[in-house]
Amino acid sequence: MTTTEAPPKTPQGPTPAKRTFAFIRNTWRGLTSMRTALVLLFLLALAALPGALLPQRKLNAPKVDEYISAHGWWGTLLDKLEFYDVYSSIWFSAIYLLLMISLVGCLTPRSFEYVKAMRAKPVLTPRNLARMPHYRLGRGKSDVAAEIAAVHKHLSGWRRIEREEADGVRTISAERGFLRETGNLVFHFSMLGLIVFFALGKMFGYEGQVIVQADGDSFCNSGIYNYDSFNAGLRVDGTDLDPFCVKVNDFTVRYTPAGEPEYYHANIQYQSGEDLETNTWRPYGLEVNSPLRTAGDRVYLLGQGYSPQFTVTFPDGTQRTQNTQWRTVDPTTMLAEGATKFDQPGVTDEVQRRTRQLAITGLFAPTAFLHGNVLTSSAPELNNPSVAVDIMRGDLGLDAGRGQSVFEIDQSLVDDGRLKKVARENLKVGQEIKLDDGTKVRFDGVNHWVSLQVSHDPTQGFVLGFAIAMFLGLGASLLVKRRRLWVRVKPGTEDEPGTVIEVAGLARTDQAGYGEEFHRISERLISGQKG
Amino acid sequence: MPINETLSTYSDWLYTTAAAIYVVALMMTLIEQGFGAKGRLATERAKLRARELVGAGGPPTEEVQAEQRTSGRPERIGKMGASLLVLGALLQLSAIVLRGLAVHRAPWGNMYEYGMAVTFITVVTWILVMWKFPVRHLTGFLLLPVVILMFINGTLLYTIAAPVQPALQSYWLVIHVSAAIIGSGVFLVPGVASVLYLFRAAYEKDETKYARFASKLPAADVLDRIAYRTTIFAFPVFTFGVLCGAVWAESAWGRFWGWDPKETVAFIAWVVYAAYLHSRATAGWRGARAAAINIVGFAAIIFNLFFVNLVTAGLHSYAGVG
Ligand code: HEM
Repeated sequence: MTTTEAPPKTPQGPTPAKRTFAFIRNTWRGLTSMRTALVLLFLLALAALPGALLPQRKLNAPKVDEYISAHGWWGTLLDKLEFYDVYSSIWFSAIYLLLMISLVGCLTPRSFEYVKAMRAKPVLTPRNLARMPHYRLGRGKSDVAAEIAAVHKHLSGWRRIEREEADGVRTISAERGFLRETGNLVFHFSMLGLIVFFALGKMFGYEGQVIVQADGDSFCNSGIYNYDSFNAGLRVDGTDLDPFCVKVNDFTVRYTPAGEPEYYHANIQYQSGEDLETNTWRPYGLEVNSPLRTAGDRVYLLGQGYSPQFTVTFPDGTQRTQNTQWRTVDPTTMLAEGATKFDQPGVTDEVQRRTRQLAITGLFAPTAFLHGNVLTSSAPELNNPSVAVDIMRGDLGLDAGRGQSVFEIDQSLVDDGRLKKVARENLKVGQEIKLDDGTKVRFDGVNHWVSLQVSHDPTQGFVLGFAIAMFLGLGASLLVKRRRLWVRVKPGTEDEPGTVIEVAGLARTDQAGYGEEFHRISERLISGQKG
Repeated sequence: MPINETLSTYSDWLYTTAAAIYVVALMMTLIEQGFGAKGRLATERAKLRARELVGAGGPPTEEVQAEQRTSGRPERIGKMGASLLVLGALLQLSAIVLRGLAVHRAPWGNMYEYGMAVTFITVVTWILVMWKFPVRHLTGFLLLPVVILMFINGTLLYTIAAPVQPALQSYWLVIHVSAAIIGSGVFLVPGVASVLYLFRAAYEKDETKYARFASKLPAADVLDRIAYRTTIFAFPVFTFGVLCGAVWAESAWGRFWGWDPKETVAFIAWVVYAAYLHSRATAGWRGARAAAINIVGFAAIIFNLFFVNLVTAGLHSYAGVG
């Protein structure tokens, strides 16, 4: 650890090369000093703070947009300064890179010193032991050799060396607590490893979310277009995802009487590796705290919701049934909203088609509660499923090439008059509406959907390993005390036979706590009793 | 299994009683702090003697001091206060246990239960500190934040006994949350000790500063030692809690670290405490600056508990506060 503050003054008129060298050296010294490390630690803490206070794009992008529009120029400025992407911002990365450089600069010399210290013998016994922070003087009854032997026995756990002084005086200097420094180095190196592998994981990992109907619908990790949303690391282009497939057969949820969810369970089947070729499906019970781990990826059960099922019977007798996920608007009552969209089959004329498309939009309530004609839900379970729907007919804009939300219709088409409301009704399961052209829309019932997340992080095992090493190192470096102990045994005089024993101690680290131990040891050494 | 309402009601009563007892203990120990002049002088004398003894290899300072603080009426009141504190802690422990029995799970699944356990740990830590150091007369300063926390917790944050949502049904709830509780609960002690340290250190530098208040505090190095020792206990426990949180997050939320607000502030608190430990090894940063850093660390812990649970919406927002 370099704690040299004032850099040596450069003599008069150094050459530019020398000056550059001195500058580099001083910068390096400054950067690797403990003081700089402290300042950097503070900066890191400070820089992480906005991430907890401001909405973050990674976690909640719509909220960021909302925040920006609510705060005018200030919101935009924060965006320019990367305050909504704190942890990938230039300034945050700069601080932690500097901290890592500082750490490396700090650890390299310390490691050399450590090796040297491990080889070195305990230091000489000082002349005047009474000046040490801990000191004790006593007398022994036997002779010097016996006392010294007893001291060796008492200090068996210590690294020690015996030396002979003039006039038959013998000393032992002992040292203990090297594990502290070992732990300290392990801690810091592991922290370095953890940061590096964390960053690698971010580069080579990905996360994708997808909604799957829990009625036997399946999903395959074969390309990013199978996902509803996909977050990839810098080095992932989505071309070689680990192939596997998942089929969701059912989903069970139980609520407490107060309406809190208490149990989620999805019976799924999956195939990966060779199973893909032989088309073998293996069963798995997916729950919130037990993701499926297969093909190096993990599949999580993240959320759930309802998909009302509708059947449309067109005037020509053709039928279409659809089962589209609606999104939950109130998680406590599971009231949901959405739009189920139909295209009449067999209509080839483009213009005709665009007047006949249908959308069923509105609300779904698992336990319907009607307030007048307004539908709400009074509980999350399927006690009395109902929908309150508007049937829209006309051009849904599905061919416009513009991506549409599955949960909504394009409001601009309604405003244009290209999409018109042709009915509004509340339906229970099995009920149907007849439209003016003879089309019938029936509410068949309801299914569950689940949202799954697939996560891929090739380095998380390493991160865990480093974290454990870091923790163990931390324990050793905080709990082990480095301390020294010296014993000097002098032969007694004629009038006072026996020996004179001096014991002294010095804590190399924090003074705290050595007093009691020293007291105990010196007591034992001087009285020579008690084991 | 249904919630046992009777047990949960008893738990509530015990909690309230414990808080009331702490208030009485607070006042009693404040009396000792305010009027225990004789004992204080005895302490000073004992310390001088102890210093001489230590110089000659005598027993550590603390023991001598502890024996000296017995005389005088304020000291007797202080002692009663300390006994009441132990009684209060026992009642609070019973409140926690009954709550657990009532809900058939570890009793720290929402913010009320969490706060109940954190303040309990603080009180237990303080009892242990009192046992080692002659600081009984400071109990009031520690109990003040404890009582405030317990009051807020028992009124604003009170939640009726209920089972927890699926994400919390895991043995990690027991491991991760108890580590966080122990870490946070213990951290309150160095936080208070560091505040007192700042007053005392200013006074020791210039005897006219805070003279009436700070002259009655223990020496700055005693306060510093209390802060350091409790911090190096709490820091690894807290670290363990954060690591277990990451392992749990990997199986519950799909990633081990995602800069969720609670994770972020835990990270900040961790870095600040690491800075505290470093500052004690850095020339020019020991003493008052280190104490200030420790206080900042504790502020981060409290911020994490209240602000992040109640104001921001993250994955950790299952505080159960409506
Ligand atoms: C996030 C970053 C860091 C954390 C969390 C951290 C944590 C710790 C901890 C907990 C200790 C034990 C303190 C003690 O012995 O009482 C320690 C010691 C130490 N650290 Fe760090 N550290 C970090 C970065 C650094 C950096 C960048 C340097 C060097 C520039 C450094 C140098 C040291 C040194 C020299 C010690 C030994 C202090 C002593 O003598 O007790 N650390 N660190």
